[in-house]
Amino acid sequence: MLSYTETIREIAGRLLTSGAVEMVIGFRKGTVPMMNEPHFAKTPAHAQALVWDSHCGINLANYLTDRKEKIGIVAKGCDSRNIVTHIIENKIKREQLVVIGVPCLGMVDKRKIAMKCPGEITEVIEDEGSVTATGSGFSQRFEKKDVLQHNCSLCIHRNPVIHDELVAEPVAEQQGVDRYADVRSLDAMSPEQRWKYVEDLLSPCVRCYACRNACPLCYCPTCFVDEARPQWVGKGLDPQDVRTFHFLRAYHCAGRCTDCGACERACPVGINMRVFTKKLEKDCLDLFGWEAGLSIDVRPPLDTYRPQDPNDFIK
Amino acid sequence: MEHMGVEPGRLQFSWISSAESTKFVEVVTQVTNAIKKLGPNSNYTKKLAEVA
Repeated sequence: MLSYTETIREIAGRLLTSGAVEMVIGFRKGTVPMMNEPHFAKTPAHAQALVWDSHCGINLANYLTDRKEKIGIVAKGCDSRNIVTHIIENKIKREQLVVIGVPCLGMVDKRKIAMKCPGEITEVIEDEGSVTATGSGFSQRFEKKDVLQHNCSLCIHRNPVIHDELVAEPVAEQQGVDRYADVRSLDAMSPEQRWKYVEDLLSPCVRCYACRNACPLCYCPTCFVDEARPQWVGKGLDPQDVRTFHFLRAYHCAGRCTDCGACERACPVGINMRVFTKKLEKDCLDLFGWEAGLSIDVRPPLDTYRPQDPNDFIK
Repeated sequence: MEHMGVEPGRLQFSWISSAESTKFVEVVTQVTNAIKKLGPNSNYTKKLAEVA
């Protein structure tokens, strides 16, 4: 996976030199360990800063919304599904894009590593299948599979669904993954227990909206939480307002969420708000046989009508 | 909604044409009775901020 970096630089350099694209969106090393940041390369020289490792968790489709120029974009499985969603929703045209597909083996969860280390991590070195975190007076090695982001460990679409270039041979998809164990465990609870569970889950939320900003689906010019006339939801930390924000945001992602994990990753207090979007994802799969972002030719279930659509809930 | 702890039955859907006045009355009565049985939705009331 580490060899991807050279190939990405080579492809990006070639695309920029030939003028096929005006900009390549990818990752560069972040200023702190395990935090790669988006990189917008506009010249072949800029493209040499592109990297690839296990800390490229940000969803780059987020940066495509309403762009007008020709863009090359580095895309792992989930990014590519969100690019498809963007194309379906007319947020970018397929012709504008050169998708540099990256078969992905999952991203590591920086919190899992930080929690297991005794102090501040100053350097993280990666080799195939493992990462080593070093800090003042300690050095610890982790198997990558033990510290994957939760959504990555459940991922069944690691390979890009659309691509014009591919940096490596497709990787084997994970088989027999139980994607919805957490949704089922919540569904098994009584309404009171569920209410309590969500209350505890959201209690640390400070309404910073990092989850919304990191999400490639949240591209509304004015988000409902920012509107003042009418004011749909209170702006403070009242538990009911926090809850309303989270479940309305989740609803806006119904049938669109690819479980890329950008929201959870961006959260400064580590809330797993994916329990909401995953429930909707599971419903879409169960009721409509739909998984978001797999094809640019199929309209999503929420903007099409089929006679066999379930409607038992309407009396 | 039920997934995050709202009681089953508190949220109901119906399709009523503007010409179906009797169905409208039926459904409203039915829903009102069902919701009264569930009691007030105290989960969703806002509390005044606690000041020391």
